[in-house]
This record gives sequence, structure tokens and C-alpha cells, in this order.
Amino acid sequence: MTSDNTLVPDAGTRAAGASDAAGSEKMVLNRDATPWYVYAAVIGFGVAAPFLFPAYATQIALLWLMILFALTWDICGGQMGYNSLGNIFFFGAGMYISAVVQIGLFTNVRAYTSARGGEQLVLDHGDYFFSLVIGTGAAAVGCVIFAVVLGRIVFGLRGPYFAIGTLGLALAARELAGTWEWIGGGSGIAMPVYPGQPDQKSLVFYILFLVLAALTFLFLRWLYSTRFGLAANAIRDDEEKAEAMGIHTMRHKLVAWSVAAFFLGMSGALFGNLTGFVEPLEVAFPAATFGIFMVVMALLGGKGTLWGPVIGATLFHIVKEVTWTYLLGWQWVALGLLIVVNVVFFQEGIMGWLQRKWPERFGISVDERMSAGTVSRETNP
Amino acid sequence: MTPATPSAMIEVRDVSKSFGGVQANHAISLNVPEGKITGLIGPNGSGKTTLFNSIVGYHPIDGGSIKFEGREISSLRVPQIARLGLLRTFQQTRIYSKMDCVRNMLISVPHRNAGFADMFKGYSAEQKDKAEHLLEFVGLYQKRYLTSGDLSFGQQKLLEFAMALMNEPKVLLLDEPTAGINPTLINGLIDRLKRANEEFGITLLVIEHNMRVIMNLAEHIYCLAHGEMLAEGDPDEIQNDQRVIDAYLGAH
Repeated sequence: MTSDNTLVPDAGTRAAGASDAAGSEKMVLNRDATPWYVYAAVIGFGVAAPFLFPAYATQIALLWLMILFALTWDICGGQMGYNSLGNIFFFGAGMYISAVVQIGLFTNVRAYTSARGGEQLVLDHGDYFFSLVIGTGAAAVGCVIFAVVLGRIVFGLRGPYFAIGTLGLALAARELAGTWEWIGGGSGIAMPVYPGQPDQKSLVFYILFLVLAALTFLFLRWLYSTRFGLAANAIRDDEEKAEAMGIHTMRHKLVAWSVAAFFLGMSGALFGNLTGFVEPLEVAFPAATFGIFMVVMALLGGKGTLWGPVIGATLFHIVKEVTWTYLLGWQWVALGLLIVVNVVFFQEGIMGWLQRKWPERFGISVDERMSAGTVSRETNP
Repeated sequence: MTPATPSAMIEVRDVSKSFGGVQANHAISLNVPEGKITGLIGPNGSGKTTLFNSIVGYHPIDGGSIKFEGREISSLRVPQIARLGLLRTFQQTRIYSKMDCVRNMLISVPHRNAGFADMFKGYSAEQKDKAEHLLEFVGLYQKRYLTSGDLSFGQQKLLEFAMALMNEPKVLLLDEPTAGINPTLINGLIDRLKRANEEFGITLLVIEHNMRVIMNLAEHIYCLAHGEMLAEGDPDEIQNDQRVIDAYLGAH
């Protein structure tokens, strides 16, 4: 341990270090030190993938969705320390909002759903994409409203109670959607039919998921560079202290959840249109699969970091696809094993491990004297 | 009881607080005059921290009134009171342990008039400069980029003090600022508290167990015992008050 001798006034210290403070330009927090070639590689892969592996376009589109899941979960779960198990609620809510809006634009929703899939909504190109844009926008706005209203209730809960409370929210929404006949109940809603070839459809949705995930990433990259990022970290480290210092904690918590809801709602709207059929248990509110995956992916990659969720989601998605192909029948066992190993032995995740191993690469300072175990008084002549 | 002077920053009148059957504070009244250092002493369990918590809005009070700059604050919540400029530090030091010192300082800027859009702003060069200046003031400048959780307990205490100054409070409530600090370094801390009071014009209310410290620091001292106000006066009066001596030696 170092001694407390920094209490001894030492006039020389600031003058000595003043040179790096002298260039007093505007301060940038959490400067993104990612090398350009990482971005180039990701963009290159994103653009080339559907042409290189046309058969896997939908799988890779789901990879972008997984990255979006992990990124949005990490806003509250990683950066702010509020582990939500119910973020899947926004995915499903966005999906249902877009379904109702898209169908409601052209026909009576009650008559459509009571036909139980007997009716199909066939639109031309212009109408289809118009309804898709309106539906996705409505999903985003609707989910933000949900986040603000419900957030006021659940953010009164802390720690495990928050996790259980949000999980309850997702499960309640799932039950509600299953019994609400106007939106199709348990038998679900068929989405408008894509006016074109299946190949073209998977390419279009590939692009949409890629763009949405990229927007999510860029938005969060900016968001974490503002005061918001510091406040979220402060709430994570000690919320009571943050309150005692006058930080508007509820405001920050609601914004964090709203941002997650905004992007998740849009991803749900796109996913509903991609599958073409919305039903509560497996598609809209898959709390036990997607709902858990988003937590696991963020933990695997390293929560509370920008790239961690991206890396975690990529790795997880690859492992999942490989086990589904080659270990069929054992795929859940393999996935469960990965989760157990991650949570028990590797809690810091990949980025956390990298940052601990090479802190200076990430702009983290380590007290040399502390690690060397020597106590020196630098003010001594 | 001294009448409330217009310059009283904090005016506590007949505040009572009980937890179940335990009466932690009973009809406590005190004044914290503007620009002064006021002390609050008392044996363990005499209700000092409870009174602090009541003042900063940590829990609702059972009765009485608490005014800050003439405004009733007993029904406000912790962050609202903090934004008025009444700040407290904790007995068990609390900092944001996974962030470095500079970030701890930056997030402590005053949130008094923070609007919705201010959440998404950055920090100006002046603010960073101020953060570094205050870190230098408490002697942590060279450790400014270290993760604050890795600092020693005493250094964390200094960081918490610097964070409080960064917030530009009008009144600072310090709960045992010297507890856990190396005795030979306490003088340096006393000196800094006095400078914060004189140079930055911050009114201080200090809970302290160390008699040497509080007698050195405070101009007016209140003494609590068993949840009641036992005595008040300047350091000399308190030191020679038989009731205070009895309370500390356990004559009650």
C-alpha cells in the first residue's frame, strides 16, 4: 500500500505535470482508441458477407441483431449496474406495435386477427416499405413511452429485485399478449407479405439489421463520451453517493432504459417482418432464449465496455450456430456449459480480461509503486 | 436557546426521530451560522449521524423543522437538498471506486441547474482544470488517473473531500473527516478544512470524535448525548462543561 503522505503539501507536483494539462482543449471522455482497421474490417465483413455467404445471409443478419441485443442490454446492465432480465419486453412490444400499426394502415385489425391467419395482407412495394417505416418508427416511440412509464416503477427496485421485477414484466407482457384477442392472442398475427423473392427479402432485412446495429453502436459510442456515461458509471459504483451529490439519478436511469427500448423496439419490428409471423411465446417474448442470451453475450464479452458486447455476441452466435449444426441434441447442454463457465470462472469477460492484462492499451493508469510494492516519497529531495 | 440569526444557514428546530422504540433524536435544535465552522460531538450512539441524515433528507423526521437559508427542507429528498447546495460526506467513505480520480471529480460538478440536455454535454477545459486544481489542493494530483478504488483509505477520504468541493456547496456536512486517517497527517487535513472554509467560503458542520481536532477547528460546538442536546458553547466552554465530561466518561 502507498502511504498517506500525499497529505504533505508538495508545491512541485502540479508544475511538473502541468505540461499535459497546458493544451487545455475541450476534454473528451472515454475517447475511442479503436484502431481504424478494426472498423474497416467490421464494415468490410458487414458489406461483403451477404455476397460471400448468400446462404447464410439470415444467420448473419441475426448476428447483427444479437450484437444489438448485447449492446442495448449493456447500457443498464453494464454501464449502470442495473441487471435487467426483462429487456426482451421491448423487443416483443416493438414487434406487436409495428404489427398492429402496419396492418391497421390498410385494414381493420380486429377483423384481420379474428380470421386467424385466414387473411393475408398483400401489399405492393411502395405500400410495404411505407408501412415498414411507419411501423418501425411507431415501435421505437411506443417502446420509449413504455420505458419511461414502466421505468418509474421498476427503477425503484435495486439489485436482484430489479432483475426479478423486469423479468416479471416480460413474462406478464407475454401472458397478456397470449390472451388479448384483438392482437391475435395465442395464435398470433401474420405480418404483411413481402412483395418480392425470398432472396431479395433476406438481403433487404440483412441491410436493415446491419444499419440498425451500426446506428446503435455509433449512438452508444457517442452517448458514453458525454456526461451521461460518467453518471451511469457513478450510479453503478454507488447510487446512494450519486444521490447525495445531487445527480438526477432517476432521469439518467430512465434515459438509459429508453435508449435500450428505442433500439430494441425497432429491432423487434424488423424481426417480426423478417419472420412474417408474430406470436407471443417463441417470437415476441422469448424470455428464456433471446432474453437470457442478451445478458450472457454482454457478460461473455465484458460488461461495461463498448466493444465487449460486440465481441461477446459474435462469439456466442458462432458457438450457438456451430453447436446447433454439429451437436444437435446437445446444443442446450453446450450452451449451458458456456454460460456456467463464463459466470463462474470468467466474470470479467473478454474485454475485462484484456483491460486487466494490458491496462495502458486502454488508457488506464496503474500505480507503478503500488504494483511494485514499494513506498516512496517522491517529494523527498 | 439562542434565537435564530438571519445569517443562520441551517436552522434545526425541535427535530425528533425515532427508529421503532429507539429515540435517536429528541427535540434537537441547532444553528449553523454562515461562513463559520460548527462542531457536533457526542459519545457513540448519541444521535449525531442520525441528525446529519435528517438534515440531508436521508429519512423523514418525526417532528420539528429544518430550514436551509430560511427555506423548509425537511420534506425534500436527498438529491434535491444536495442541489440546493447542502452536501454531506460519509463516515464510511464513499467514492465511485471503479472510476479514476479525475472522473470522480468531473461527475461531481454542481447539478444545481442541470437541465435535460446537460446530460449529453461534455466537460469544458475549465472544469477539468478545476478538477485537477482541487486534486492538487488535497494532494492527489499525481494519482489523478488511478482507479480511485485502489487508493488507500486516507486518500479516498481526501478524494471524497475534493469531490465535495468540486460540487461548490454552500454548506458541507462532514461526518468524522479524520476517522481512519494517520494521526500525524490529521494536521494537514485540519489545515485544508480551514482553507476550504476561508478561501472557498464554505460553511462547515463537522461531526468529530477527536477532541483535539474539533477544539482546533470549530468556533462553536454542540454536544449530543442520548439523543438530546446536552450542551453548546465555544470550545473552551465545552471542554470545561462538567456534563460533557460526564457524558464522555460514562457518568450517565
